[in-house]
Amino acid sequence: MKHSPAWKKVLIPGSILAVLLLIGLPLLNTLGVLSDYYLNLFGKYLALAILALGMDLIWGYAGILSLGQAIFFGCGAYAMGMYLMLQSSGQGVYGERIPDFMVWNRVTTLPLFWKPFQYFPLAVLLALAIPAVAACIFGVLTFRRRVSGTYFAILTQAMAFATWLMCNRNEMNLGGTNGLTDFKSLFGVSLNTPSTLRVLYLVTALCLVGSFMACKWLVSSKMGLVLTAMRDQEQRLRFLGYPIAQYKIFIFALAAALAGLSGALYAPQVGIITPSQIGVLPSLEVVVWVATGGRGTLIGALLGAVGINAARSLLTAYYPEWWPIILGGLFVGVVILFPDGLVGIPNQLRQRLRRTRASLFERTVPDSFPSPSGRGV
Amino acid sequence: MEKQGSIVYLEDITVSFDGFQVLRGVDFYVDRGELRALIGPNGAGKTTLLDVICGKVKPATGRVIFGDHTDLTTLEEHEITMLGIGRKFQTPSVFKHLTLVENLTLALHQPRGVWSTLFGAVGTTQMDKIAPALATLGLLEKAHHKAGSLAHGEMQWLEIGMVIVQEPALFLLDEPVAGMTKDERERTGQLLQRLAQDHAVLVVEHDMEFVRQTAHRVTVLHEGSILCEGSVDMVQRDPRVVEVYLGRGHKVDAHDPQS
Repeated sequence: MKHSPAWKKVLIPGSILAVLLLIGLPLLNTLGVLSDYYLNLFGKYLALAILALGMDLIWGYAGILSLGQAIFFGCGAYAMGMYLMLQSSGQGVYGERIPDFMVWNRVTTLPLFWKPFQYFPLAVLLALAIPAVAACIFGVLTFRRRVSGTYFAILTQAMAFATWLMCNRNEMNLGGTNGLTDFKSLFGVSLNTPSTLRVLYLVTALCLVGSFMACKWLVSSKMGLVLTAMRDQEQRLRFLGYPIAQYKIFIFALAAALAGLSGALYAPQVGIITPSQIGVLPSLEVVVWVATGGRGTLIGALLGAVGINAARSLLTAYYPEWWPIILGGLFVGVVILFPDGLVGIPNQLRQRLRRTRASLFERTVPDSFPSPSGRGV
Repeated sequence: MEKQGSIVYLEDITVSFDGFQVLRGVDFYVDRGELRALIGPNGAGKTTLLDVICGKVKPATGRVIFGDHTDLTTLEEHEITMLGIGRKFQTPSVFKHLTLVENLTLALHQPRGVWSTLFGAVGTTQMDKIAPALATLGLLEKAHHKAGSLAHGEMQWLEIGMVIVQEPALFLLDEPVAGMTKDERERTGQLLQRLAQDHAVLVVEHDMEFVRQTAHRVTVLHEGSILCEGSVDMVQRDPRVVEVYLGRGHKVDAHDPQS
């Protein structure tokens, strides 16, 4: 087995994905096979797939289970939401230069922290930078003290809960429980026309393909080896001279930036962002997507995110009250039956087939290696 | 104790776990280019002594001086490693899900920062260094096998190989021949002697035959203190050593093939 050059590992799956998402689906839309409604839905799924990519990097490759990825998703979504709110200001019920919910809360002037979000480039930059910096700070506080495993997972979950509580409060000036909604326009163009939504879909698909290729390149570089090694034998890697904490902070911040990007693309397509999308439950859902699709494969994360969200859209239309049970059942089922997720199924079947064939041809029990006696005399 | 020419110098090292003193004011040094064996009964503190040098355990008192004046007790593990101290652990710890080449790639003497790793290619220029290392270990034909598929002895070798390509100035080897066949032990001994030509090697080992075959000097640890130090013959004749360690089932006659 020879190493194929890194660019091959990146470009081949990257271009297949690009053809499918950037040419295939839009073409189906133009031909009238795929309605605008479904194209917009797909746009949402693809935005969420970016969130799943980041989760796969930290969990699937580096073995860091974060139960707070929705916090970073929320940062991106709120950043973009704030920009969109300000774009629509003056068009609200009260005609004020500030968002309507502020008027209800008797806020008369735009809070200082809202001001940078008047400018599109700054809003986009902050949608990525705020989660990345937040992850860096959280990473320095935890990884440098060697908090890991379950303890890290619990801490991130607590952070998700705290963020959710905070965003629910009106004093935060982020719209409280109602969140940010009623977005009207982007660059002076109405947000609700099919053509705007089509452009949003294309931008999202482009960002997903770009993120996918960047992640693929990352895991094919030596970084991929370090991350895998860190997951399997952190202590050994430390004594090979790798500053483990720095690597963890880096990958955690990168995943957070991807989550921010995901949120920034999600908000304008859905038209609303509320605290319910950034708490404990949505964070856990990301874990389910990645586990279902297949950890440590990137493409599995993508399939998991799109597949489960499509299933949700489909099933909640008919059996809304059953969805949580279906999702939970799916997770348990996958973990027990297909530990490598959906993308691992072909390989799993092949191995089972080989085993069956082997047992048919020779009826001997495979030798079990005697465990080495270990210590000297 | 002389300090001149030592590569690592431990001074008054005390380590305790839950009030139990594992090392009691140990003074210890390894010279440059020396192959030193560390022996002693179980619980004597041999592994802990290695842990103190490589930073896994921070001593309660004392200093560890590497080279001329670097105090290791204030540094983190990865910084100590990058100064030139390579460690092989007692139980073979390799990355089982990676191939042999990938294992060695990770160990290669190269910058360890996030950015240099990000832009470092895998398996191209490094093969010039990895292939000879694999050849030395006799594992060349398994270069692209997963490390987890190796036999126990091969896994031990791979880990030794990983320490070799790290190009350290000081090797710390914890029971490198544990679980090996006699033939494998001999080959490991030869490998260590070749290493000792231009590196300092500190090896913890129970196998007295192996120690006799390889080590220049032997230090005997007992209950956290140094019992005696000297040539293999001298140590083996020391009545105290026979009493606490060698007497327990060990024949003093080092030529006994059954050992």
